[in-house]
Amino acid sequence: MIRYTFGRLSSLVISLIVASMVIFLVIEVIPGDPASFMLGINAREDTLAALRAEMGLDQPLVIRYFNWVLGMLQGDFGNSWTYKTPVAELINDRIWVSLPLAVYALLLSTLIAFPAGIYAASRRGSAGDVTIIGATQLGVALPNFWFAMILVLIFAIKLRWFSAGGFPGWDDPLLAIKSLTLPAIALALPQAAILARVMRSSLLDMLGEDFIRTARAKGLTRRQALWRHAVRNALIPVLTIIGLQFSFLLAGGIIIEQVFFLPGLGRLIFQSISARDLIVVESVVMLLVFTVIVVNFAVDLAYAAVDPRLRSRA
Amino acid sequence: MKHTIFTASVCALFASIAAAQTDITVAIQLEPPNLDPTGGAAQAIDSVLYSNIFEGLTRFEGDGSVVPGLAQSWVISEDGTVYTFTLREGVTFHDGTTMDADDVKFSLDRARAEDSTNAQKGLFADITDVTVVDPLTVEVKLDGPNGNFPFNMAWGDAVIVAPESIENIASNPVGTGAFVFSDWVQGDRLEMTRNENYWGEAPALESATFRFISDATAAFAAVMAEDVDVFVGFPAPENLPQFEADPRFQVLVGNTEGETILSTNNKMPPFDNVLVRQAVALAIDRQAIIDGAMFGLGTPIGTHFAPHNPDYVDLLTNSPYDPERAKALLAEAGFADGFTTTLKLPPPSYARRGGEIIASQLREIGISAEITNLEWAQWLEEVFKAKDYGLSIVSHTEPMDIGIYANPDYYFQYDNPEFQALMEELNKTTDPAARSALLAQAQTIISEDYVNGYLFELAVATVAKADIQGLWVNQPTAAVDLTGVSWGE
Repeated sequence: MIRYTFGRLSSLVISLIVASMVIFLVIEVIPGDPASFMLGINAREDTLAALRAEMGLDQPLVIRYFNWVLGMLQGDFGNSWTYKTPVAELINDRIWVSLPLAVYALLLSTLIAFPAGIYAASRRGSAGDVTIIGATQLGVALPNFWFAMILVLIFAIKLRWFSAGGFPGWDDPLLAIKSLTLPAIALALPQAAILARVMRSSLLDMLGEDFIRTARAKGLTRRQALWRHAVRNALIPVLTIIGLQFSFLLAGGIIIEQVFFLPGLGRLIFQSISARDLIVVESVVMLLVFTVIVVNFAVDLAYAAVDPRLRSRA
Repeated sequence: MKHTIFTASVCALFASIAAAQTDITVAIQLEPPNLDPTGGAAQAIDSVLYSNIFEGLTRFEGDGSVVPGLAQSWVISEDGTVYTFTLREGVTFHDGTTMDADDVKFSLDRARAEDSTNAQKGLFADITDVTVVDPLTVEVKLDGPNGNFPFNMAWGDAVIVAPESIENIASNPVGTGAFVFSDWVQGDRLEMTRNENYWGEAPALESATFRFISDATAAFAAVMAEDVDVFVGFPAPENLPQFEADPRFQVLVGNTEGETILSTNNKMPPFDNVLVRQAVALAIDRQAIIDGAMFGLGTPIGTHFAPHNPDYVDLLTNSPYDPERAKALLAEAGFADGFTTTLKLPPPSYARRGGEIIASQLREIGISAEITNLEWAQWLEEVFKAKDYGLSIVSHTEPMDIGIYANPDYYFQYDNPEFQALMEELNKTTDPAARSALLAQAQTIISEDYVNGYLFELAVATVAKADIQGLWVNQPTAAVDLTGVSWGE
């Protein structure tokens, strides 16, 4: 187990180093000078040079890379060029919108998908099953921003139950949760559709397995076999999907954050790319990569803990 | 009798409730990247802060005129090179420190310093010396006469800041304006409250919140759901008729200082031939572009000058829509079969939508314009700096910017000594009538040289609750001046 962990750990470190290089290079080669973007078309050459020096852009690429990495190792993400505040503060503000939104959406999608998937699988071929398959087909096909607009139209403009967007902050938790509700539903529905389909097909696979027949032969009812044996085993692929969806929800809320004008990480990346605030883009993307890699590492360890065969293979 | 008194008091009660609304939520499209109007070009900085939080020696009114600001009056020396400003008495910054001549000297010297990052450093280029005469008198020496100087000092980039609070200006702006900055939740909103120690007339509003909504659909939803009271620069002109029909809202359509032009690379063949540029100008149907790209909002222009300016000369007759004559001109220039060029478009919808329409109009006379969509940063790099383009569409939003045609290195690459001499003369002239004549001449030269395709003056649409009064209709500079805004009964 120790050797396995060590092997996983070194691959984690290598992944992070490679990722940091790729992120830095790709973002630095995007055409467009941050200084001239900030100063606009009337800027004079000496002003631009002064601003570039202030932002450290006059230093060679390699030195800037090492400064960036060394800074991050000490927890210093640098200063945003446009906002002129520490990147760490920006991330800290935004993560408290994006993270709760992702968790909220994940909860909703699980709450919808699990019952729907289990119901559909247990009543295969019934009218209920067909309806759920149809609904999930629709849910997978329709983009979440479209859902978002429909939700706004109905619940914000017509019924006035929710505001059309924005985020009031966590001072009033109820109000904060309320303002995240429409975005979370819009994000959750397509994910729920995917999850329900995975749940259903995984459960159907399990129901055809030998151990279910054995369980039934031992005298369990269909329902008992389903809940005690099939669902538990069907959860493994479903949990894998949930893990993937969480990363997607955290980073992929860009469009939803635009539609609901929420001050989240996605909108921060979006704004920073168009403003060429490269240091913010690099740091946020690196943080997301770090999260995904660490989550994968944890999942690897969990697999190994569950399945002893993995340990010997490392 | 009792009854009447009761009714009257109920009325009074309702009146006081109705008059009680003293807060406002204003939405604009873009969020200011930081709150330092003296250190960046982003218009959003001025939109939020101009006149509300920061003030300059002079200021723009909603109609574009320049009026005294922190300077109560000024005297120009005989030769036009020395401006002596008399400052208002009793003006304090929001942190309680006094605004005096030292602050003016500090602000101007800072803006023109070698390491200054002022986006409009050119405004201060002709200052040679700033002297403090006494706490309320400042003398500004110029290297030559400049009739434009009071106008230059009205820009948002020329506001007066204090050395005591300059360090954190980007996140905590301290000015002299009628509103005090209170909070900025980055990505979401910025709040300000009334300055109770304001030197001028106190604003009717007690507090204001700015929100930043860039997506057109979200903007529509926010106004319809009444999340915001005012949206300045509403991004979707196609939705305006719906607001106009709704009694809850009013729609104000005004002019900006944005001359929207088909920028042309005057040094790149075949655009170095004036016949080709004239052909392009005649191939353009302005009304079709205004209708198609802007849903009818915008005033056609025939030169690079704002049509609402009193010095504007109507030169539309130089380039009427006439594709037949355009074809003939192309043939005369030796391009009877047309040619291929590039049309590089920045992100705003006037450019992206307008570009499609212009490309098809140019195709009518045989010019094939290959469209490339660019982000702003890319546009600045490729088009503006490297001049690697044939045609582009941009709205030049700086007020009174006809002087850019005197710079041969500007991205149009228009090099006309006659025009350059004219601009030099204009700078030296302080007499208003003489200035008007020179400006008329300048507009005519660039119109007859067909330097660029002159399309339309960019309009700005403001959607507001019906009972809000005192909003700027026009945008002589990027600003949402709330000092005169109030809720009606």
